[in-house]
Amino acid sequence: MPDVDQNQAQASLTPAAAEGAVLVEAKDLAIQFGGLRAVDGMSLSLHRGEMLGLIGPNGAGKTTLFNLIAGNLRPTEGRILIGGRDVSAEGADQRIACGVGRTFQIPRPFSEMTVLENVLTGRQDQAGERIWMNFLQGARVAREERQAVGKARALLDFVTLSHLENEPARVLSGGQRKLLELARILMAEPTAILLDEPAAGVNPTLLEVIIERIRRLNADGKSIFLIEHNMEMVARLCSRVVVMAAGRHLTEGTPRDVARDPAVIEAYLGTAA
Amino acid sequence: MSVELIAYGCFFLTVALTYAIMCLGLNLQWGQTGLFNVGIAGFVAIGAYVSALLTTPDTAGRLGGFGLPMAVGWLGGALAAALVSYLVGRLTIRLRADYLAIATFGIAAAVQLCALNLEPVTGGPFGIGFIPRPFAAEAGNPLLFSLLNLALLVIVVLLLYLGLERLVRSPWGRVLRAIREDETAALALGKSATRFRLQAFAIGGGIMGLAGAAQAHFIGFIAPENYLPMLTFQVWAMLIVGGSGNNRGAILGAVLVWGIWAVSAALIAAVFDPAQQARAASLQIAIIGVAICAVLLLRPQGILGEIRTISRHLPSRAGKAQTAESRPE
Repeated sequence: MPDVDQNQAQASLTPAAAEGAVLVEAKDLAIQFGGLRAVDGMSLSLHRGEMLGLIGPNGAGKTTLFNLIAGNLRPTEGRILIGGRDVSAEGADQRIACGVGRTFQIPRPFSEMTVLENVLTGRQDQAGERIWMNFLQGARVAREERQAVGKARALLDFVTLSHLENEPARVLSGGQRKLLELARILMAEPTAILLDEPAAGVNPTLLEVIIERIRRLNADGKSIFLIEHNMEMVARLCSRVVVMAAGRHLTEGTPRDVARDPAVIEAYLGTAA
Repeated sequence: MSVELIAYGCFFLTVALTYAIMCLGLNLQWGQTGLFNVGIAGFVAIGAYVSALLTTPDTAGRLGGFGLPMAVGWLGGALAAALVSYLVGRLTIRLRADYLAIATFGIAAAVQLCALNLEPVTGGPFGIGFIPRPFAAEAGNPLLFSLLNLALLVIVVLLLYLGLERLVRSPWGRVLRAIREDETAALALGKSATRFRLQAFAIGGGIMGLAGAAQAHFIGFIAPENYLPMLTFQVWAMLIVGGSGNNRGAILGAVLVWGIWAVSAALIAAVFDPAQQARAASLQIAIIGVAICAVLLLRPQGILGEIRTISRHLPSRAGKAQTAESRPE
């Protein structure tokens, strides 16, 4: 288990987490890639308002689980429920309509588009995305676009990227790309956000910004589901942690309990250790 | 300047503008959306044949013609090509870029073979003649006739340009570019890549069909050999030279490449004796190929290059910056 000793920071139990209704539920999820079952009978639930962590050694199937929940992969077995509705058969483009947004482990900015345009793309239900509206209802499209720009600028301010709004996204550093991706998905106003390693490859200063922003989002009522290798960050942010190993649900609990669990230590270090 | 020279200039520009229309259609598909269509000739042919069938007078031994007004023909040609594009798109749009290319190439070949062999509909190898020409009443005055034709094409190209600019600078255009850059990320933002791609593919195909109709009426005669893969190659050359992702580049590229094509044809006719000219005509293709290589080496983004297209609803300062590099595609 990495950095267990440094994780003395108290896990801040958000009050909403304890009784919050189930928002996203995975039931016996499995996916088979050839001979490999990357996710093998995994069940978990994300509660409304909760900040849930997902940890596990490399190759445990964390990102694959995210891809299943986000609709990028179809499960071989099991179901995904969002707000009680079975969305297992729906595509990734329909998740945001259910209120679930995601970021990527390796950020995927629209490189040649400006930072501001990247964020604007996150806007949902724009009249201007329908061809005819641009000719028949130009004024409405323009009005919505002005509102969108205002909101996008506020979000860029939130993630400290305002000064770069007219730069193409390709000039951003790795950490800035993660922040841009966060602003972009926030533009879509999800109720739950799946964050895939938001701290990976981010310098310490920017990391503090990211941690603080995630905390604020959660305080504002967003449910957060976080994959992270940085245990200190998980301990600071999450009230509950699910541990995955070899595609399965190993255990779950508070960050402190999980960090002490012999089964977890064994999963990270192997039986020989 | 002699009347003949001006008339020829108009003729040259009119033909170039019909290619500019095709190029605008391709720019929407490739330049904005990243759809690799190598079946342009097929969609152009559909527009040309449908318009010809709709507008030519009743002909013995062939379907139609229906003798409808020319505007109906142009619109019908565009709609037919858009419909076929839509249907083809439904089947192929999920294919990866290289497979889409193979599929569209095959479709163009099928269309061309249909034109060649469906004699009761298309006139077979003899094609369709007596396609009504715009302003035919003025044909006695070559200068006026060619000026009016040029004016018509300028208006069509201008309207298309303005309409397309409005679209690519709208949230719709932004989604197209987002999908082009990263489909997975666009999906995560709730954008249905399939729907937007299909729309762009169908509109682009419809525009190519319109170009086919315009060209058929301007020349007055169509035959299957007009719609060989060479046409697709020419239109691609025009877009690459002018600047993919830029509607003005598409128009400029069409005029320039058509200029190179026309001048090289004249040169070959002047330099080679008649017995060698048929073979020497291949040099035209070689010259276009060299032009593409030169542009790709010296200015890979094309002469105008892609403008960083921003929403037209934003302050213009953001929209003026040009991308320095070409897209990594």
